[in-house]
This record gives sequence, structure tokens and C-alpha cells, in this order.
Amino acid sequence: MQYSSRRFADVVVAAPAGRIDHANADEFSRALAPELDDRENRGALLLDFAGVDYISSVGLRALMVAAKRLRADQRRIAIAALQPIVREILQISRFDLILDVFPSVRDALAQLSMPALAAYDVADKRGPP
Amino acid sequence: MKRIRFWGTRGSLPVALTAEAVREKLITALRGASGRTFATERDLDDYVRGLEWHVAGTYGGHSSCVELETGDPHYILCDLGSGVRPFGQSVLARHGAASPQTYHIFMSHVHWDHIMGFPFFTPAYMPGNRIHIYGGHAVLEEALRRQQAPPFFPVDSSALRADIEFVRLYPGTRYSLAGMDVTLKRQQHSGDSYGYRFEANGRTVVYSTDSEHRLDDPQEIDNFVEFFRDADVVIFDAMYSLAEAISVKADWGHSSNIVGVDLCQRAAARHLCMFHHEPASNDETIDRVLADTRRYEEITRTGAPLNVTAAYDGMEIDL
Repeated sequence: MQYSSRRFADVVVAAPAGRIDHANADEFSRALAPELDDRENRGALLLDFAGVDYISSVGLRALMVAAKRLRADQRRIAIAALQPIVREILQISRFDLILDVFPSVRDALAQLSMPALAAYDVADKRGPP
Repeated sequence: MKRIRFWGTRGSLPVALTAEAVREKLITALRGASGRTFATERDLDDYVRGLEWHVAGTYGGHSSCVELETGDPHYILCDLGSGVRPFGQSVLARHGAASPQTYHIFMSHVHWDHIMGFPFFTPAYMPGNRIHIYGGHAVLEEALRRQQAPPFFPVDSSALRADIEFVRLYPGTRYSLAGMDVTLKRQQHSGDSYGYRFEANGRTVVYSTDSEHRLDDPQEIDNFVEFFRDADVVIFDAMYSLAEAISVKADWGHSSNIVGVDLCQRAAARHLCMFHHEPASNDETIDRVLADTRRYEEITRTGAPLNVTAAYDGMEIDL
């Protein structure tokens, strides 16, 4: 599993890639930990799942833990850009009922934070760093 | 091991099909038959067989009771939920009251839905019958006798005239019982529950109900994978969705269809049989969960296909 993250204003966009299963769910949790532990940041965490091609029950549990932690701090969590298989897994596990799911990162930012959307659009025009 | 027969498949509390549910099934079936003609009984039978299970049948409502057939003359059961009442009646109908039988009963735990059928198990009142009740709990005998003590039930356990023996089993030991190799595993559930792995005649059946799986404990997950390893059938507590099981219903002691598939796929088991259905789920809901689970198995499959079914009262699985 690969992992990267970028900040757009008050929203952190975390982008794991590859499979999230019993073999690397811990790695995924460790990668998310700094975003969850950042008490200075009161903004949302957006998971960009465009690069995730599979997530198992153990990986879903890591999502649940992250959601509980953030909500306890009155922070939002959302997930965007699901591949069709991962979207089905979220539907079957009923995770789509407890996580906000968006078709794209831009759609999600439009709901989460206008400053973050503006920062994202600027960065999008400028191209990748 | 030749066959598994389900006498009770519902979790927590027995349920009954309502008049409204029957009416809905009839309306759906009649609507589907509109414009068709049925010249023979065979035509009718074919039509009914082609209907979805939630229209033409029902998952039933008895609480946990599963029979294992090995080909030996004795009877083998898992749990004494309300399904043991029709089981007892069927044995009496087959052999008559004058023919003593031997029963081997493996108990997952003593929560009420798993013992409530015993006071209605007629063979237990009949002299000559032999009943061996196995389990991992020290309170097995006390629990069964207490539910028949006043004021809970009108017939005290002293009226049970069969020769009843209680046998405590321990995880980590391989037992030879009732013509099978039997191992048990402690499971996470309020007051503990025990799963059983039965092996006989080259076939393996795992009975694992009332078991919550801690997904934050990789070692324990691996232990369950080994417990399910290469099983022909895994009878699995799939009471909740995964989202429910690890959020609002965490620590309620039950598991999900998703975890069942994940464990069985890793264990290279051949058949996942979802069991201990949520009592609030109607037949249509269980049908939908079954379809979802089959789809999940399909899209996550990396090895041989895993057969996925949802147990219903009266279902038989030939091994």
C-alpha cells in the first residue's frame, strides 16, 4: 500500500493506494494516525480512494476507528473517488450509511469547505507540485 | 459426516411469520403468475420453484438447533434452541416412543435462545434414552436445570427420565466423541461461547455461532482462520452488517457476513452458511443479505469459489 497526503486550507486529503487488507491495514492506520492526532487541525479528513482497488473487513475497521476519533473531536470525515469494486464493498458492508461518500475529491471539498475547494482549484490549475 | 440439517436458524429470539407477510408473499406470487396457465401439477411446482425464496418460502423462526448426520445410529446436535422441539418430534415419529435413542449435544453457550427448547424436547422425559450434553461452560447443567425450576416452567427437571450426562470440554484438546474428532474454540461473546470443529469420514464442519471477531487482534483472526481451515462447511454467525457489528452493535457478541467471507476465503473453506439471523430481519431482507454476500465473495475472490448460503429451518446440506 502506498500513502500520501496533502492539505488544502483546513482539509487534509489522504490518498492511500493499492489493497487495504489484513496484510497492511495496520500500516494504513499508522499512516492516518498523524491526521487523527493533530489537535490543532479542526478541519475535515477526506480520503481520496481513487487508487484503492480493494479493502477488506480489517481495512474497513481502520476507517471506522478513524471516523470515531474524528467525530469525537467534532471533525468530519468523508471518502471520495471510489473504484466500482470498493464502492460495492462499502455498500454491502453498509459503510456507505455511516460515511459521507462523494464521486470526486472536488465534489467532496465543495461540501466540506469552500476555502479548501478554492485551494484545491488553484493547485489543480497549477498542476502537481 | 453425511449431512447437516437445520432445525433452528434464528438468533436471539424465535420469530413467526405474520399474516401480513404471508399475504405479501401470495400477492407477489399471484402477480407473477398473471396471464400464465398451469395445466399440470408439475407446471405449478415449476413456477413455485422459480420464485425467489422470500416469496415461495421462509427462513423460519426457531432459535439455534443444528443436526449433524454421520451415518451412525445416534443423533448429534448443536445447541438446544427452540428448533429442538420439532427435531424431537421427528425422531419420535421415525422410531416410535418405545425405541430408546442416544443423543450427543454440543452446546455453544447457555444463553436463553440456545437452551430454551430443552424443556420441550420430549425424548428427555422418556426412560431409556441417553443424552450426552457437551460444552465448555461449567454452568451447563445448572443453566438447563434452572430454566425448568419454579417459577419459570411448570415441569421440574426431576421429571427428565432419560439418562442425561453433562461433559465439560476444554479448548486445545482433540476429543473423540460420537464417532467424530471434535475440537472447540473459545469465542468472544458475553460469558464466552464455544465454536466446534467436527471431523469425520474425511469431512469437516465448523459450528461457530454467537462469536464476535475483534478485527484489531490479528493473532485472534489468524486463530479463527486456522480453526476454519479447509472446512467443508462453516456455519457462521452473520447476524449484523459489518458497519453495525463494529459500531453501534460492537461488543454485542455477534459477527457479520463480510467477516464470514473474509475468514472463509483465507481459510480456503468451501461453504459459508450464514446463521443466527437477526430476528428483526424478514425473509426479503435475508434474501438481500445473501445476494450481497454472494456478490462480495465474487468480487473479493482470489482462490477457489466459496459457496455462500443462508440457513433456513428445514435446510439440508449434503456433504
